[in-house]
Amino acid sequence: MILYVISVGLSVTMGLMGFINLAHGVFAMAGGYVFATSLGRLGLPFPVALVAAFLFTALLSIALERLLYSRLYSAGELAQVLFTIGLIFMSVAVARALYGTLAPPVFLPDYLRGQVHVLGRDFPTYRVFIIVFSFLIILGLWFGVERTRWGAMVRAAVDHRAMAQSVGINTRLLFTLTFALGSGLAGLGGGLGADIIAVQPSYPSEHLVFFLIVVALGGLGSLRGPFIAALLLGIADTACKYWVPELGAFLIYAATIGVLLWRPMGLFGTRV
Amino acid sequence: MNANLTGYTGDPRIRLTEWLPWIVAAAAFFLLPEYLALGVRILIFILFALSLDLILGYAGIITLGHSAFFGLGAYVAGCLSAKAGVSDPFVQLAAAAGAAGLLGVLTGAVILRTRALTLLMLTMAITSILLEIANKWTSMTGGADGLSGVTVAPILGAFKFDLFGRVAFIYCLAALFVAWLLVRRLIYSPFGAMLTGMRENTMRMHAVGAPVYMRLIAVYTISAVMAGVAGALLTQTNQFVGLNVLGFELAGELLVMLILGGVGRIYGAFVGPVVYLVVQDYLAKQFPEYWYFGIGFILVLVVIFAPGGILGLLDKIRLGGRSS
Amino acid sequence: MKISKLATVAALALASFAALALASSAAFAQTIKIGFITSYSGLNGNLGPYMERAVRLYIKMHEKELPPGVKIELITRDDTGPNPDKAKQLAQELVVREKVNLLAGVVFTPNAMAIAPIATEAKVPFVIMNAGTAVITTRSPYIARTSFTLWQSSYPLGQWASKKFKTGYTLVSDFGPGHDAEEGFTKAFTEGGGKMLGNVRVPLQNPDWAAYMQRVKDAKPDTLMVFIPAGKTATAVMKNFTELGLDKAGIKLIGPGDITTDEELPNMGDVALGVTTMFHYSAAADRPANKAFVEAWKKEYGANETPNFLSAGSWDGTAMIVEAIKQQNGKLDPDKTMEIFKNWKFANSPRGPISIDPETRDIVQNEYLREVRKVGGQLANVEIETFATALKDPWKELQKKK
Repeated sequence: MILYVISVGLSVTMGLMGFINLAHGVFAMAGGYVFATSLGRLGLPFPVALVAAFLFTALLSIALERLLYSRLYSAGELAQVLFTIGLIFMSVAVARALYGTLAPPVFLPDYLRGQVHVLGRDFPTYRVFIIVFSFLIILGLWFGVERTRWGAMVRAAVDHRAMAQSVGINTRLLFTLTFALGSGLAGLGGGLGADIIAVQPSYPSEHLVFFLIVVALGGLGSLRGPFIAALLLGIADTACKYWVPELGAFLIYAATIGVLLWRPMGLFGTRV
Repeated sequence: MNANLTGYTGDPRIRLTEWLPWIVAAAAFFLLPEYLALGVRILIFILFALSLDLILGYAGIITLGHSAFFGLGAYVAGCLSAKAGVSDPFVQLAAAAGAAGLLGVLTGAVILRTRALTLLMLTMAITSILLEIANKWTSMTGGADGLSGVTVAPILGAFKFDLFGRVAFIYCLAALFVAWLLVRRLIYSPFGAMLTGMRENTMRMHAVGAPVYMRLIAVYTISAVMAGVAGALLTQTNQFVGLNVLGFELAGELLVMLILGGVGRIYGAFVGPVVYLVVQDYLAKQFPEYWYFGIGFILVLVVIFAPGGILGLLDKIRLGGRSS
Repeated sequence: MKISKLATVAALALASFAALALASSAAFAQTIKIGFITSYSGLNGNLGPYMERAVRLYIKMHEKELPPGVKIELITRDDTGPNPDKAKQLAQELVVREKVNLLAGVVFTPNAMAIAPIATEAKVPFVIMNAGTAVITTRSPYIARTSFTLWQSSYPLGQWASKKFKTGYTLVSDFGPGHDAEEGFTKAFTEGGGKMLGNVRVPLQNPDWAAYMQRVKDAKPDTLMVFIPAGKTATAVMKNFTELGLDKAGIKLIGPGDITTDEELPNMGDVALGVTTMFHYSAAADRPANKAFVEAWKKEYGANETPNFLSAGSWDGTAMIVEAIKQQNGKLDPDKTMEIFKNWKFANSPRGPISIDPETRDIVQNEYLREVRKVGGQLANVEIETFATALKDPWKELQKKK
């Protein structure tokens, strides 16, 4: 489920902006570190730490976007892929230097620990919380994109940038803000998930394939898609590890390939 | 990144400067005996980079999954030796090539129907699957412990791999030479021209009636075979295979090497690994973190300011000099 | 004329004596190079310094014992974690380029296995100061190990556990040491009358603990034996153990001492209290040799620092190397060195009396039953019983019987 919150940001940037940002995991990792540090060393309350993760990452992404990403909007896929890989390498090194190779400990507030009794089974409270939270995010996003002016502007700008500009939309600013939103969401996801998916320097490269899978399965440009995909993947993955641990992450990959063969645009994709 | 003149329209005869890499290699063999192990690594990576350049630079397929073939070749050669007792080096190579080629054809047929993001993701997924298999099938692959006990019978019955890497060096050099001839042949041919055409303008190629899909699979398979051989060479010269052959880091490093040298031109694949591995050997020993940062940084710089890599820069200097 | 002839002969004799003296002193001005490969980055990359510090401390404190003119040079290399490929490359370079006399160190089993053939081919003695899978020492006649084997801790643990618990479950990382721990424990446990409800192997890198822990919880064993690489991974396991409620379900957590390493205990918090482990070294041990060791460590590296079992293994390994240097007067011959190693005994190790088994070149030592308790406000592995004395590696002993 964490995958969703992180991946929706990626779906936003890739789908709405057409930029292949493999370094998305970097923002998730940054958010994770900020979250853990705020919670741990700075002793901030849980919600504040989450907000901090979101804000910090969003600001970071704005800086990077202005300085680096914007040069490559029209540079072609290979350049974007290479550039973002370079970013991954750099950020992995920075994370290692700043934090060492081990995940910072995350101390969840008591009201989120333990277990909750639902329908006769015990579920870890925190995971339930995450699912609910992710659901709220998707609602919020959907609302934002479909019903607000901002959403309409983004959709217009992506469909036809020149046209949107001629109508007076500041596409430059729009893209920057959207990128910030997408990356901020990644940071938020990284923080939320810090307890479950350890935040360590290898984060961006290890989980990259998962983010991409969620986005590709869900379909680019769709918001519902990554949600469903992450939900399915999360359930399938945990189930597999529980029932058949020998098969590990296999089924996920196999399922991905299967689904994509059947529907190359993802489950809900509007564009490839 | 694709302004090079080594396509079909170029002169297919081997220019004098093209012998340079081989002269340098021979010199290294005689003058730097203590560094031959490094040299072997460089040669293997040149082969690997060459195979990647075929699909990335020439055919324009963006993939992060080339390690799949490299790793498969490495493990096939290793398992054949350590588990099945087959120690003839050429049989091992052939098996690795065959396995990698098979994987290339099968996966190529599937994924080359997709584009861009989906393609990229699928290449990564395939590599991840292989990594999972290698990780879990510990009885065959040794899992996280790696596969030791890989033996390679003396080559042609006489030359055994030694600690210094002399035999290994010549062996890999020979393999690279063959691959190089092959690649040249391919590029300087109608097939090669078609590759460039597909990269530059796929729509048009379709319109012209070129069997784009089949050609893509063909080049993908050839590239897979080369990568598989490179992987097998690594296993043979190391007498060991570990999980890292299928890892993201290796794939990333290869990409950096290729981009550094210059994509879409045969010798980029030569220059890149040499520069990268030599500098790494010198600098990365004590501070692996800073090294990692450095290559990321260089990658970013190269992409933004020098998309043609080192050779691209050299070209610019040459041409720039001429026009002034 | 006679005098000048005498003078010439005398001068020549003097000159030749001087030359000989110079030559032999040149032979005495020896630098013994040790190629030290360990992990400073990557998985559990914080462990490398614990080994290096021990080596340097020993050398510093015992330098004067070395033959005159002999000094030791330590060349360190980072294998970046369980990376056998890299370890092999580093070992090869150390041997061929730096021409080291000895190889030493190594945290992870896969790395040690990869280096073994190099030790054999180049005839360079390789002192393993940590990697604990039983089979490693058989991989090269030039390997001697001063650390431990997983069977040495897991087998006695199984023996002890079979008397206390009826049913058990194991959870181990999927690599050499993990397999050893699982097999050693299971064999002893079942031999002692216990019943194993299940064994699960978890990927070495980044496993998702929750799913596995849940499985264990559902099986309801009396005890869970865990082995994961020492260090921060252990803390993650502890957290998950309690968070998923396994402790409340009455399952007792046990394992080899890797799961409660001395340097990581402070970070684990009170969840670690009561965890029982079987191991050869605890920084809290109160024998005099250990007290001196810990004190010297704190003096050199800081009052908040503590050595751990990697330090102990490296300390003793260095003691063994220094002994070999002393006995050969600084001129190391690989085969003679191995002979010295094979017959080495050390009564004053921080972990008690130890020696090397001449047949297997592996360590022979005591195993202590320990429990995590609060001592002076801090968590410590308190040794409550010497469970086994002068224990040879059980796996190899079993192999002999076959």
